[in-house]
Amino acid sequence: MKIDFKHSPGAHCESGVTTNILQFYGVAISEPLVLGIGAGAFFSYMPFIRLHGMPVFSFRPLPGHIFTRVMNCLKIKVSKRRFLNRDASMRALDELLEKGIPVGTVVGVFHLTYFPREFRFHFNAHNLCVIGKEGDTYTVSDPVSLILNELSYADLRRVRFAKGTYPPMGKMYWVKRPPVAMPDLKKAIISGIRLNCKRMLDIPIPYFGVKGIYLLARHLRRWDVQLGERKASLYLAQIVRMLEEIGTGGAGFRYMYAAFLQEAAVILGDPDYRRFSNEMTDIGDLWRSFACEAARRFKNRNDHHLCTYEQLAEKLTLIADREKSFFTRLRQHIQ
Amino acid sequence: MKVEEVPQDGGYLKNTHLRDIYYALDDEGNYRQVASIGWEPKNDALNLTWDLIAEDAEAVRQDVLAGKKSPLAYHMAVRLFSVGLLASYSGISKKNIRKHLQAKAFEQIDEAVLAKYAETMHMSVDELKKLDR
Repeated sequence: MKIDFKHSPGAHCESGVTTNILQFYGVAISEPLVLGIGAGAFFSYMPFIRLHGMPVFSFRPLPGHIFTRVMNCLKIKVSKRRFLNRDASMRALDELLEKGIPVGTVVGVFHLTYFPREFRFHFNAHNLCVIGKEGDTYTVSDPVSLILNELSYADLRRVRFAKGTYPPMGKMYWVKRPPVAMPDLKKAIISGIRLNCKRMLDIPIPYFGVKGIYLLARHLRRWDVQLGERKASLYLAQIVRMLEEIGTGGAGFRYMYAAFLQEAAVILGDPDYRRFSNEMTDIGDLWRSFACEAARRFKNRNDHHLCTYEQLAEKLTLIADREKSFFTRLRQHIQ
Repeated sequence: MKVEEVPQDGGYLKNTHLRDIYYALDDEGNYRQVASIGWEPKNDALNLTWDLIAEDAEAVRQDVLAGKKSPLAYHMAVRLFSVGLLASYSGISKKNIRKHLQAKAFEQIDEAVLAKYAETMHMSVDELKKLDR
């Protein structure tokens, strides 16, 4: 049994899955719109959580957030479930598939068989959409892949119950009641932008949004002295990977957010958003140039003539300044 | 970034169906999707990460050869399993896993526990006892 589901590749797993599910229910909106409505351009630096012994750097809000928010804004009823029992989770999945409902699931990538070995870290917040089952084999639509993939019962169960930081616990989500009419996009877009600004500017603890970038810049300045070149290089590499690893659309969602603002300009009929979009593109370029310099630094660990950690921190501070001013003005504009 | 500037530096995605999807600007200045097979700084980041993991694993291997640690420690290092992670996957307590990291204790583990370790890390019991990757 296979649901007639159009698989389109996307930049990011969660927004990609959400876009494809919406498409399935007749709501044709693009991935950037989903990201924007889901307020998905973010930054967090959490030195107190460890992933493979490194602090967590992330350019997206908590997993699951984009889906929930987008569906909420578009007034589409959804359900979510986690499980303690592995077989029960597979039974629940099968029942939904029987009814012809595509099911989004959160999985760990370490045991994900169609991923190349080098990408298989213990990372537990990957999303894919299960769209069919034939005997013991499931068909899955994974936005980072160009084609549909297959997973055996045992493999799917294993990845749904990956362990480690943020275990997914078989988490799955689906649309409970399909939308009847095309939802009001204008309202959703405005509320998405508002929330995104709020998150980037207002969270009172220093690990998130613009404050998080400043904090990272402050810490990064001393990494080489404090941690030694080896560990500092590893941390830098981790930032670059989070910025660009399969699933951000380039520059840690900044380009995708710029694409969103372009669409917003058309839908809201306000050309000013086009200007904001251009500015976001420039910020994205800055992030990528930071990644280039960082890569040069960690590739030639012992060449001290290159960009120092001090200079890298300067670059980050500049980016933080730009993002702060950007989101402040964006918020003023929307009010 | 313009469409023609989207990097196509082949790396880890080369022989797979996975792609990085970029949003880039076309000639009219509109964003659109472009598939990429990789970008050098990112490939470098991944290379570095795996190189350092291999370095760590090699150090553990030397310890195993010197009789200071058990092969379990090596396989954990290669597969990025921490004690905590292995414990939550296998159901074996952290305390016991720490004990089994010692060469002597490892030799006395019974088959059922070895099988658990092997299954958790996707390998056979024989491979677990040896030092090959």
